[in-house]
Amino acid sequence: MSAVAFNRHGVWAIYRFEMARFLRTLLQSVLTPVITTSLYFVVFGAAIGARITEVDGVPYGAFIVPGLIMLSVFMESISNASFGIHFPKYTGTIYELLSAPVSAFEVVLAYVGAAATKSVGLALIILATASVFVPIQILHPVWMVAFLVLTAVTFCLFGFIIGIWAKNFEQLQLVPMLIVTPLTFLGGAFYSIDMLPPAWRTVTLFNPVVYLISGFRWTFFGSADVDVGVSLAMTLVFLLTCLGLVAWIFRTGYRLKN
Amino acid sequence: MRSIISISGLTKTYASGQHALKHVSLEIREGEILALLGPNGAGKTTLISIICGIVTPTSGTVLVDGNDILRDYRATRSKIGLVPQELMTDAFETVGATASFSRGLFGCAPNPKHIEGVLRDLSLWDRRNDIIMTLSGGMKRRVMIAKALSHEPRILFLDEPTAGVDVELRRDMWALVRRLRDNGVTIILTTHYIDEAEEMADRIGVISQGELIVVEDKNRLMRKLGKKQLTLHLQEPMTSIPAGFEAWKLALNAGGLELEYTFDASEEQTGIPALLRRLSELGIGFKDLNTRQSSLEDIFVSLVSEREGFRR
Repeated sequence: MSAVAFNRHGVWAIYRFEMARFLRTLLQSVLTPVITTSLYFVVFGAAIGARITEVDGVPYGAFIVPGLIMLSVFMESISNASFGIHFPKYTGTIYELLSAPVSAFEVVLAYVGAAATKSVGLALIILATASVFVPIQILHPVWMVAFLVLTAVTFCLFGFIIGIWAKNFEQLQLVPMLIVTPLTFLGGAFYSIDMLPPAWRTVTLFNPVVYLISGFRWTFFGSADVDVGVSLAMTLVFLLTCLGLVAWIFRTGYRLKN
Repeated sequence: MRSIISISGLTKTYASGQHALKHVSLEIREGEILALLGPNGAGKTTLISIICGIVTPTSGTVLVDGNDILRDYRATRSKIGLVPQELMTDAFETVGATASFSRGLFGCAPNPKHIEGVLRDLSLWDRRNDIIMTLSGGMKRRVMIAKALSHEPRILFLDEPTAGVDVELRRDMWALVRRLRDNGVTIILTTHYIDEAEEMADRIGVISQGELIVVEDKNRLMRKLGKKQLTLHLQEPMTSIPAGFEAWKLALNAGGLELEYTFDASEEQTGIPALLRRLSELGIGFKDLNTRQSSLEDIFVSLVSEREGFRR
């Protein structure tokens, strides 16, 4: 067989392998977000929504939808992408990937592409579930999809890095549990940061998640905590940082090769 | 015969400081079966892992069919199939799916006919829809071989392929190796069962402490380094070897009842007729006699222990 410049069969094989892994657990993949979203609406929408009727002129129930979607996209992207690459490392089957004629770019494209596909699918399921509870308007649908895909890809890359970095399953959970979840809850997923006292508002602006959620919310309602251009720039900065780290991992073989 | 793999000055020092390979140079010929022997930790797996792309060399070069393994990794890796030592398989996929996955991963378009042939060759066809984790250890080993053969490699690395497998699988595996060799596949194997290497290999390489201490055609190696022993079972025990036998390398065993003569198998003159004449002249009778040729295992043990003894 002659060498090819792009191993499309290899990328497709990994992508399909990863998608098959998701499909094996399809029921829990679909049911979990549907149930979780419904619970959020019951707790936040009904209980808190009764006290906060509107935020920035948007009904509270609808206001939390973008934050809810982002929260799930962050968590699912990290968890799917990190597990996808960590499991072969754990079982040893990564030998096959390392000895295959696939480039670093192709490996990342396949793993991150598959994980991002699942995240975007999940986001759409949450959106559909949410629309059962509250009427939802999307002012900038193209930008909504763009933000969604960009965020999913970025967090899948982040998850991929964690999956390679982690030495065990405990470490795999560490970053999502200790960093991402708190940052998301403090990042305005369920409130506008304008509702915070000025000092806390300034502190919150150091939380990168604020920009991601704010930008995504803008695509729905046309209003945001921070300028949408800044949100987009922050998302791209995070994406490029992750890409740089992945490139460094493959160049040095960090925790992949001796 | 042309070289399909050219290894030159290959060195690997791990981050721990361990020198796993020290300036190893080796030409592997197209279509041969090369057996790499060596004690545990000698560097065999490191050598294989570098050629396949799993471990990065510290220095030196490896060419596979004329292509550099680092610069032209797509060309080199697509020609190589690897069956590692450890049992490492996916858990939740089916046998058929994992073989097809490997074929795709190595850049080949789907070919159900080829996959079917490989699975049939390995008696896996009836289990093609089974989930891998439900298979026995021996069956998982077959799955790993099927994965390695899925992309029709021209070179196959088998790292301790028969460690811990039953007799039937061992026999099947060697039959398969012979068939592959007949089809022109170059096979490099490491094994702890030296009798297997003796039976299967065309050439033998011995690695000890990261150095390749010998690479030789198997038959030549056995002729060159092999020794023969003649044992005479004496009628009367002797307390010592009498004078006049200095020309022969003799030893007394079994409480003086066995006289053992060690000679070089490659020599034309064995010295046996003269020894027997001298015994008869001195009136030393014997009841029986037998000869024994040293096996590859004897040669291997003496090579490695000589080396390690020298180091100490």
